[in-house]
Amino acid sequence: MKYIWLIPLLPGIGAAVNGLVGIRYFSRKTAGTFACAMMMLALGLSIVAFWELLGRPADQRAFDVIGPDWFPAIPLQMHDGTIGSFRAPWGFRLDPLSGMMLLVVTGIGTLIHVYSTAYMVDEPRGGFARFFCYLNLFCFFMLMLVLGSNFPVMFVGWEGVGLCSYLLIGYWYEKKSASDAGKKAFITNRVGDWGFILGVFLIFYTFGTLDFREVQNAAALMPVETGHFGVLSAICLLLFVGATGKSAQIPLYVWLPDAMEGPTPVSALIHAATMVTAGVYMLGRNAVLLSHAPEVMTIVAVVGVLTALMAATIGLVQYDIKRVLAYSTVSQLGYMFTAIGVGAFSAGAFHLMTHAFFKALLFLGSGSVIHAMAGEQDMRRMGGLKKFMPVTFATMMIGTLAIAGIPPFAGFFSKDEILFRAFLQNKVIWSLAVVTALMTAFYMFRLMYMTFYGGYRGPAWETGGHGAAAHGGHHADAHGHGHAAADDSAGHGHGHGAWHGPHESPTAMTFPLMALAVGAVVAGFLGIPAAILPSGSAIEQFLEPSFTASAAAEAGQTAASPEAVAAATHAEPAGAEPAAQGAAAGHEAAEHHMSTAGELGLMGFSVLVAVAGILTARKFYVTNPEISQGLAHRYAGAHRILSNKYYVDELYDATAISGTFSAARGLWGVDRKVVDGAVNGTGWLTLFSAWLSGLSDTHIVDGAVNAVGWTAEESSYWFRRVQTGLVQNYALLMLFGVAAFVGLYLIVR
Amino acid sequence: MITPTHYMLLSAALFVIGVVGVMVRRNIIIIFMSIELILNAVNINLIAFSAQLQNGIGQVFAIFVIAVAAAEAAVGLGIILAFYRNKETVNIDEMNLMRW
Repeated sequence: MKYIWLIPLLPGIGAAVNGLVGIRYFSRKTAGTFACAMMMLALGLSIVAFWELLGRPADQRAFDVIGPDWFPAIPLQMHDGTIGSFRAPWGFRLDPLSGMMLLVVTGIGTLIHVYSTAYMVDEPRGGFARFFCYLNLFCFFMLMLVLGSNFPVMFVGWEGVGLCSYLLIGYWYEKKSASDAGKKAFITNRVGDWGFILGVFLIFYTFGTLDFREVQNAAALMPVETGHFGVLSAICLLLFVGATGKSAQIPLYVWLPDAMEGPTPVSALIHAATMVTAGVYMLGRNAVLLSHAPEVMTIVAVVGVLTALMAATIGLVQYDIKRVLAYSTVSQLGYMFTAIGVGAFSAGAFHLMTHAFFKALLFLGSGSVIHAMAGEQDMRRMGGLKKFMPVTFATMMIGTLAIAGIPPFAGFFSKDEILFRAFLQNKVIWSLAVVTALMTAFYMFRLMYMTFYGGYRGPAWETGGHGAAAHGGHHADAHGHGHAAADDSAGHGHGHGAWHGPHESPTAMTFPLMALAVGAVVAGFLGIPAAILPSGSAIEQFLEPSFTASAAAEAGQTAASPEAVAAATHAEPAGAEPAAQGAAAGHEAAEHHMSTAGELGLMGFSVLVAVAGILTARKFYVTNPEISQGLAHRYAGAHRILSNKYYVDELYDATAISGTFSAARGLWGVDRKVVDGAVNGTGWLTLFSAWLSGLSDTHIVDGAVNAVGWTAEESSYWFRRVQTGLVQNYALLMLFGVAAFVGLYLIVR
Repeated sequence: MITPTHYMLLSAALFVIGVVGVMVRRNIIIIFMSIELILNAVNINLIAFSAQLQNGIGQVFAIFVIAVAAAEAAVGLGIILAFYRNKETVNIDEMNLMRW
C-alpha cells in the first residue's frame, strides 16, 4: 500500500517509453504488449492495494502517501487577512471512493488496451505506438486525478486527461473533422477548467489548505447555507462549472458527441468509462462542501436531469451508432449529477461504476461492429449482424439490458437507486428521470434492432474470397491468440484490399467484451438495496466514509483523525434541518420516509418503464418499421430539431464563437488603429525631432565651428605678414616694444 | 674722480653701439659681435655698481653673463658655420627660412 504512487507511474513509464522510443523503433507487437503490460502491472498493484484497504476496519480506510512539494510554498493572503502558505505535495490517498475509481480505471483501462491491440492493427507502425503512448499517458493522468490527495494534484490529472482526450480525439489528425473535434473538446473543457481552478483558489482563500480531508473537516464546521448563497455555495458552483465541462453537462456538453471522431477504444475509455466521470468523482470528493450548499445541490440536480432528458431525446433520432452511445453517455452522466444533486453521493458513484462497465462494453461492441463493417458507422447500413458476430451481439445485448435497467443487470440497481433517491427528494426531478429511463431503453434497443436484427442493409461484399485461407500479413498476429467463437471468419482480412463482409472480431477484441459483460452483470450486486437484501447496499456502506467529514472535526476538534472517519455517519447532529441534505443522514431519513414495499413498488415501476421502452422500440424497428418513418414525417419539425441536436451547436456558433471572433476582430482593429497608431506616431515624432535637431546641428553648431575657422583663415592673410623672417625686423620691433614700455614706465611713474 | 655716472655713460654708449650694430649690419658675424657689446655693456654696469655698493654679487653676476655669452657664442657660431656650409653666405637678409 506504500507503493500506491507506483500505480499512476507505471502507465506514465509506458507512455514515456512508447513515446520516446516506441514510435521510432517498436513493432506493433512490442508497443502494444509493453503498454498492456504496464497497465496490467498497475491493475495488479491496484488490486493488492484495494485488498489491503478492504482488510482494514471500515473507519480506518484511508491511506496517505505524501511526497515532496512540487513547488515551493507560496505565501498568499487569505480571507481573514492572515498569510497562508500555498503548498501542494505530491500526495496520493487511497480511500474507498478513490479505491473504487482506481479499480475502474485500471481494470477497464487494461481491457481496452488489450482490445486496442486488435482494433488499431491497421494503423501504421509509428501511429500504433503513438496511440498506445497516448492511452498510457491518459491512464497516468487519470490515476493521478483519482489518487491525488489535494486539489493541485487532482488539477494536474484533470488537465492531463483533457490533454490526452484532445490528443486521442484528434488521433487521425489528417481528418479535418477529427482535429476540429479535438480542438472543440479542448476549448470547451477549458471553460470548465476555468471554473474549477477559480473554485480551488476560493477554497484556498477560505480554508487556507488544499488537502481534501482538511477542507472537508473545515467545511463541516461551517453553517449550512440554506436559502442563500455564501462562500461555500460559490465554491461549489465554481467546482460544478468545472464538472460540467469535464463531464459534458449542460451547457458544456457539446464536445462529447463530436469526440466520437476519435478511435472507438478511446471513446470507450475516455468518453464513457473514465474521464467524463471525473466531474462526478470530483463533486463526490467534495461531498461535504456540497452538503453545506443545498441551493447549489438543487442546481446540480436540475442541470443533471435536464441534461439526461435532453441528451436522451437527441439520442432517439441519431443514426450514427457511436453518436447514439455518446448521447447516451451524456444522459447517464446527467443521472449521476442528479444523484449528487439529491444528495445520493454513493448512488452517483455506484452508477459511475456500473456505467463504466456497461458503457465501455457498448462502445467496444460498437467498435467491434464498426471494425466488422470496415469503418461503417451509419446504422441504416447495418442490420442483421446477429448471425455474423454472435459474441459481439450477446455481449452488447447484456450491456443494453444493463443500461435499460432490467434486473438483474448492473444498471438496474444503480439507476434505480438514483430514481428512488430522486423520488424522495423531488417528484418533478423523479418524473423527468423516469421519462429519460423510458427513452434510454427505447434508443438503446433501437440501436440493437437496427444493428443486429432485420435484414442486412450494408454494401455487398466479394463472395469469392469467402472461406479462403489466403491472406496474411500482420493480421495473423491479432488472430494468433486462438479462436474462441470467431473461428468461422477469424481469418478474414479487412481494411486492406477486398472486404469479405461482416465477420466476428478477433479474440483480443471479444475477450474484453466478455470480461466487461461479466462486469455488467455482476457489478450491480454490490449495490443491492436494503429493500431486497436486509444487510443493505454494500457499496453504499463502503463508500460512505469518503463523503463525510471525520467525526473529530464534526465534534469541533480541528485535528483530523482518520480513525474516526466512519463514525460521522452516526454522529450527524440530530435535529439539524439540513441533515437530509447530507448523504449519510439522507439515507437514514429516506428509510423513515419510505416503506420497503414502496421502494419495491418503485423498482417494479421502473422495470415496467424499461420494458415499455423496449417493446416500443421492437414495435418501431422490428415488427412495423413504417411506424417510425410515419412518426418522423408526421412530426417533421420536432424530428428536425432533434436531428439537429436542438441547434445548440449553431446557437453557440452564433453567440459565443462568433462573439469571440468579432471581439477578436474588434480588438485587432484597436490594435491596428490605437496601438499601432501610437507606435507609428511615436516613430513619426522621433523622425521629426531628429530632423529638427539635424537642422540645428548643421546650421547652428556646424555654423559656429565653421565661422571660427573662417575668421581664423581670413584674418591670417593679414596677420601672417608680421612674420617677415627677418631677424633684424624682429629685433627692431623688440626694441620699439621695450622703448615703449620703458617710456610708459617713465611717464606713468 | 670716476663716478658711477661715468661708468653708466660708457655702458650706455656701448649698449647703443651694440644695438645700432644689430639693427643696421647685414653680416651675421658683425651682429654677433654687436650682441657681445650689449652683453659687456651690462657687465660694466654690474661691476660698477658692485664696486660702488661694496657688494660681490654684481661681480658674480658678471662672471655668469660672461659664461653665458661664451656658451652663446659657441652655439651661435656653430649655427652660423652650419648655415654657411649650406648657403655659402652669412648675409642675414638671406636667412628667412622661418617666414610663413
